[in-house]
This record gives sequence, structure tokens and C-alpha cells, in this order.
Amino acid sequence: MTLLSVQNLRVTFDTETGPVEAVRGVSFTLNRERLGIVGESGSGKTMTGRAVLRLIRPPGRIEADHMVFDGHDLAGASESQMRALRGRRIAMVMQDPKFSLNPVMRVGAQLMEGLRQRDHASKAEARAKALAALEAVQIRDPRRVMDAYPHELSGGMGQRVMIAMMLIPGPDLLIADEPTSALDVTVQAEVLSILDALVRDRGMGLIFISHDLRLVARFCDRVLVMFKGRIVEELAAADLMHAKHPYTQGLLNCLPRIGGSREPLPSLDRNADWART
Amino acid sequence: MPLIEIDNLSVTFTANGRKVRAVENVSFSVNEKDSFGLVGESGSGKSTILRAICGLAPITGGTIRIAGAPLATPRGRPFSRLAQMVFQDPYASLHPRHTVDRVLSEPLAIHGLPGTDARIEQALTDVGLPTSFRFRYPHQLSGGQRQRVAIARALMLEPKILLLDEPTSALDASVQAETLNLLSRLRATRGLTFLMVSHDLAVIDHMCDRVLVMQHGRGVEELSRDALASAMMKTEYARALFTASADRMLGA
Repeated sequence: MTLLSVQNLRVTFDTETGPVEAVRGVSFTLNRERLGIVGESGSGKTMTGRAVLRLIRPPGRIEADHMVFDGHDLAGASESQMRALRGRRIAMVMQDPKFSLNPVMRVGAQLMEGLRQRDHASKAEARAKALAALEAVQIRDPRRVMDAYPHELSGGMGQRVMIAMMLIPGPDLLIADEPTSALDVTVQAEVLSILDALVRDRGMGLIFISHDLRLVARFCDRVLVMFKGRIVEELAAADLMHAKHPYTQGLLNCLPRIGGSREPLPSLDRNADWART
Repeated sequence: MPLIEIDNLSVTFTANGRKVRAVENVSFSVNEKDSFGLVGESGSGKSTILRAICGLAPITGGTIRIAGAPLATPRGRPFSRLAQMVFQDPYASLHPRHTVDRVLSEPLAIHGLPGTDARIEQALTDVGLPTSFRFRYPHQLSGGQRQRVAIARALMLEPKILLLDEPTSALDASVQAETLNLLSRLRATRGLTFLMVSHDLAVIDHMCDRVLVMQHGRGVEELSRDALASAMMKTEYARALFTASADRMLGA
């Protein structure tokens, strides 16, 4: 019962200096589970997530042998077919709430907008659902947040608002691009447990894109490690400490640990050969 | 002699008739050449303390003394020669239409310091950037490179104190490692004093000698690095923060 199936996905940008391949032949399947995609900036992980939602505009091109979500062909779908899927069936939580929340609209208005326009809810219903969504992401004072503008919230709260907003329509697949990178550890843990509950209770599929390998391994069922547009290793999260690929091992080792030595942290060895498989 | 003394500091913002007590009666001091960490949830007030030191947030109670003297309002040039800030977001803290050269020469121009050319080249070398980056724009740099430019900018006036507001949280894990190594090296070679804010206990443990755990604008517990590493916290909140971080250390 595959939710999403991607075969040989390629994302290429036709620039003045020649084509730049951001994603070079990525293949994976996703059931109703949590899949982590890990890599550094420039590895192509964000572009992979955006390609699934066909959110890449020219000069970017998406090509795939096969990209199917719950029976819908994503690669060949028209823009209006994609619009029907985006938000409602597949949602994306972006990296930076500062750039994805409308800075000149109050948070409440943004949360209610989708409900009123897409789902034709009444103002009262929409408000109730918006408040419930904020409570679900553990915002302490949801009424104050409803009336606030995005710049009046801390970074972590902004990100939680965004998650709340994306989950209101109840999508089947959530693509989360670094959703917790601006959050501190206790809030990260809370937000991840919220996402965890959703994946379990609603049977949602989750693609969790991050540069934080340990976090992804703790939270996801399977992990794809990307380097320069390709997948260099695919493994079950539980097996992460036994990763075989030197790039994966490098990612694991470069993080500081509590109680670790104060010696310079090992830096990552990026061998270009790994991009050629 | 403490270089930074924060005594019963309070910062309250008033908006729409509501008061937000961002910082409430926080006290701590940082000795010269030490590295002090402020750790806590987002919204705990830790960044607000740094901003209050710089004059970017109002001090509504208590005092801040730097090198034994109270802060002037407005801060003025002597303050800039003493303390500089590195901000969290490398994508927001550099003017998008200024080249690296302009970013780095601006502090020198404001303070009338000579030898711009040589100082800029030295600054770039000190942060590990090639001098060929001098005339690039921020959008031509990666996040880690921009943060290095921000660090270079902070060091142009040769301050004694660096106020670091989550300097690596917007960076990839691997780039974070390189940036932290750079900061440690600069601190050692220049005898800098760091006041660093982070939500990541592992980063704080790696970089700081002492740490103040904050919650809801208040200081909860101050710990030495050894106490942190051996989990000798006295308060429940500090322990919860530690456990949440330690959890992330797979197999450690």
C-alpha cells in the first residue's frame, strides 16, 4: 500500500553557465511511515521534497521515470490537478517561518484563511479550529498568538504556527523541510511528538528533511542520506550507528556532545567520488 | 574582575496594552576571557539579554556594567570598540546589497581607523575565507560563509567581548562544527570573552565554561561545565533540558 513512489527523479536548473543538476536520479518509496532525508546544504534534499509537490519553477526542470502519489501521477499532472492535491492531500512545512508566514497578516487570519476559502467554514468554526490547531502544537497562549503578527512571535513559535497551519486540512502526506531547526530541544521533542501522534493516528506519511542526522534517526523509521544530488546510503533508523558509508559516519561524528572533549570537532570529509555511483 | 556584570536585569515590552516580561530579575557575571552560556527555550529571554546589552532592547530594571562602568545611553563608539554582536541569522544580518568589502570596511570608516585594505584581507584570512571573496555579495555566499563574514565584521574593531546569539543554529551540522572550531580558535588567539546564547546544550557544553539556564525570562540555575557534563543539576527544569539533549545522543 505504497503512498508515494518515486523512480529516477532528476531536478535540473538550466542556468546561463550550463545545466546544474540538483537531484540526480533519486528513487524511493514511502508507505504510511516516517522517512528521513538527510544531507548538507546543497545535497538536493529540499529540491527532492519540492519536486514531489511540483513546486519548482523554470529554469528548474523535474524529470522522473515514475512519481505516483496514491494513484495520482505527479510527474504528469496538470497545474490545476496539483493545486487540488497541494495542501489538502500533500502539505509542506517549510524551513523558515519568517518567509512562509505572511508578515502583514495576523496569525489568526492566516490560519483561518484556508479553512474559510478552501473548506468554506464559517468564521466561528474556522476560529475554533485555528485555536485547536495552535493548542495542538503546544502554544501557551493561543488567543494572544491569534491576534499577533508573525514578527511578534519568537522563531520557535513561528515554526509551530506554520506546522499548525499545514496540518489543519489533514493531509495524507506531510513533507517537513527542517521543521524543527529553529527550535530548542524541549520544544523539538514536543513538536516531534505531535507529528508522531499525527502520523500514527491519522495514518499520515511523513518525509522529514533535515541536516540533523541524529534527530532524524531518533524520529524516523528509515533514513536516506543524500550527497550532491544522490542517495549514498539508505538504512533503517535503528541501524544508524552501524552506517557503512564514510559520509554518513562523518555526519554522525561532527556534532558536539555533552561531556565531550573540547578539542576541535572533526570536520566532514567530502569526497567527490561518493557522488558517482 | 568581572568584565560583564548583569545585576537584577529586567526587560519588559509593552504592546497593545499588554506587558511582556521578557527578562525578569536576571543576575550573572562573566570574567574576562571566560565563555558564558545562556541556554533555554525559545522565548526564554536569553537573546533579549544580549540585545539589552547592545541597546537594542530597553532596560526596565536592574543594571548592566561592562568593565566596571554602567552603560551609556545611547551606547556610543567606545561601547562598539568593547563589545560586538554576531547574530543568529546569516541571511538577515548582512545587507544584501553590500559587498563583503563594504560590510567589513564600514566599522573602520565609522571609527576613522586607517589601513582598511590590510585589515580587510587579514579579517578574511582570520575567518578562513579566501580574499577573492572580498567583492562578493551575500547571495553569492553559502550560509556558513555568510556567518564567517558576520564574525569577521564583529572582529574588525578588535573588541574584547563577543555577544553571540545562536551563531550556529541556522547552519548545517557539519558547517556548525567548522564555525565552532573557528570561534574557539579566535577566542584562544585573541583572548576574547564570549557571552553565547544557544538552545543547544551540546554546543554550550563544547564552547562555554559556565552556563545559566533560563526559563520564562528568569534565571533558573547556573552551572559550571563540569556540573553540566556530569548531570549535577539541582533544578527540575535544568534536568529536563539536559535529558532532552542527552536523548539525542544516540548510543552516547
